[in-house]
Amino acid sequence: MIGIWLGAFLTLGIFSFLYKDNPVYKLCEAIFVGVSAGYWFVSLFWQNIWPKLVLNLRDASVHTFSGGGWDPRWIYLGAAVLGIMMLMRLFPKIGWISRWPLAFIVGSTAGLYFITYLQSNAMNQIHDTIIPLVASGPGSFFGLTLPFRVDWNGFFIFIGTFTGLVYFFFSVEHKKLAGSTARIGIFFLMVTFGASFGYTVMSRMSLLIGRMDFLFGDWLGLIR
Amino acid sequence: MNMDPPGAAVLHPQPAGPRAGRWMAVALGLFLFLGPDSLPVTGQSEKPLPPPRNLTAQDSPNDSGGRITLRWEAPVEDRVFEGTLRYQILRATSQSGPFEPVDTVAAGEISAADGPGLRDGRPYWYQVVALRGESASVPITAGPVVPRGQWFHTGRINTLVAVLLLSALVLYFIERARRGGSIFIRRIAGLEAVDEAIGRATEMGRKILFIPGTQDLDNVQTLAGISILGRVARTTARYETALEVPVSRSLVMVACRETVKEAYLAEGRPSQYREDTIYYVTDDQFGYAAAMDGLMIREKPATIFMTGLFYAESLILAETGNSIGAIQIAGTAEASQLPFFVAACDYTLIGEELFLAGAYLSREPRQLGSLKGQDMGKAVILILLLVGILVQSAGWFDFASLFVVQ
Repeated sequence: MIGIWLGAFLTLGIFSFLYKDNPVYKLCEAIFVGVSAGYWFVSLFWQNIWPKLVLNLRDASVHTFSGGGWDPRWIYLGAAVLGIMMLMRLFPKIGWISRWPLAFIVGSTAGLYFITYLQSNAMNQIHDTIIPLVASGPGSFFGLTLPFRVDWNGFFIFIGTFTGLVYFFFSVEHKKLAGSTARIGIFFLMVTFGASFGYTVMSRMSLLIGRMDFLFGDWLGLIR
Repeated sequence: MNMDPPGAAVLHPQPAGPRAGRWMAVALGLFLFLGPDSLPVTGQSEKPLPPPRNLTAQDSPNDSGGRITLRWEAPVEDRVFEGTLRYQILRATSQSGPFEPVDTVAAGEISAADGPGLRDGRPYWYQVVALRGESASVPITAGPVVPRGQWFHTGRINTLVAVLLLSALVLYFIERARRGGSIFIRRIAGLEAVDEAIGRATEMGRKILFIPGTQDLDNVQTLAGISILGRVARTTARYETALEVPVSRSLVMVACRETVKEAYLAEGRPSQYREDTIYYVTDDQFGYAAAMDGLMIREKPATIFMTGLFYAESLILAETGNSIGAIQIAGTAEASQLPFFVAACDYTLIGEELFLAGAYLSREPRQLGSLKGQDMGKAVILILLLVGILVQSAGWFDFASLFVVQ
């Protein structure tokens, strides 16, 4: 009961921002930020440091020191060292050490995503775009009979991919043919954004409905 | 995992009493009189189950080890009893056993994988048994097989070729740029407006709010956002404009502090750098959005940068920024959030425009060379698309299969 009243107060407090900034919103905002920061700290500790670092190193040491030999989980010691190096920021004289783990994260991230994105955004996209656009046999287009069949979906996918890619050419001035092609590309992008906008707005509406359901159902009991 | 015990078909004979003996004699008489065709059809469930045939076990290809692939040929009964028959897979570390059940697969399956988790270099033996109800076929055995990891994934040679080609193009154009070759980069409105936006904040005497996305440092969009922050920080150092960078990840805070500090040092204004203007708020998505909304309304920054990866908070942030009349420059490669930035911000960097910001703003030859190399990579893709569509439509060969990544 107290939880429902508290939830309703916080929900209305956050909604009050729609009118203007006010002390109730400030209070709710401070509670939200403070509680969530604390929650994430605890959550990250129990989901990462404890199971991935502490437990793995404990098991590795048990395995190794009981005569089991090398355990691959010792690799987590490297992560622990990087974490400790990061904490060196607390000591100004050796604060530069904290740049090493940062460099490690940035470098490994860039290398990892280079391959991942090349596969998912380039190779797969090319594969899915290259489909036969025409086939033998009679086809039609807006009532007109054609001597061949055209895969119109494939055709628009190809045109959208091709012109969209031309738009993302940065070393060519977007004039004449390149400009016209890029304009078609941006048209495709905007149509996609429009569709995505409508779809996402609908999903946001479901969030609002959820809150309204809580206020009018769980709290006020007006919805059964 | 099904733990049905393997073995031969299980029958449950009942002890025959004197009454049963009489009935059996009557049945035998009827059988001899009417012939064997008179027996009632009791279904094929009473037949002994035939085992699967030609079981093979081999190290799973193109993996990091610890995995074995099994294949077998299904008995004809697989089709007859489809939906009820299943195969139990058993594993042992010696030929004589004991064989322990590790998995059960449904009828119609003729392969299964065991692992990951097997020890590389250790021999394993496998048995497969057909099961139906309480009945089981005799097991079929294969082995020994030793799992091993492979250094190269032969199903991804096309990716290797693409990486080498793209890297060669990038390196070539970087070298060309270093030797003084001119590289043209077309005008990008969102990036051209960066100086204008900072100048506006300077003139108004208000601060600049910079949000480098809401994800961690292991996201490439966050890195791109931080590279823009570096350029913005250099300009704010030059103009002595206040810059505030609230972040939602602790590592991002550290990286932003390093970046801004370096920018102020590079501009010869280290005394102006204030570490406490770059601070952590919360990891929570909407907690962070609530804090940013409050900050925007109260502090009324003249300029807001939102570059990096955003999710549902994008419209909340952009709309609040819009409501206070701030000039907003946003950039993300997250397709689902781009529409909100396009709708609510003055300038939006779409997708790859975000990643080229570093090169565009710095005009540093090596970065421009890299950009030109990537453009040439796109040109190669365009040619491949045209050729591929032509070849595929003509039906000469399956050109698209060259781009299948396993």
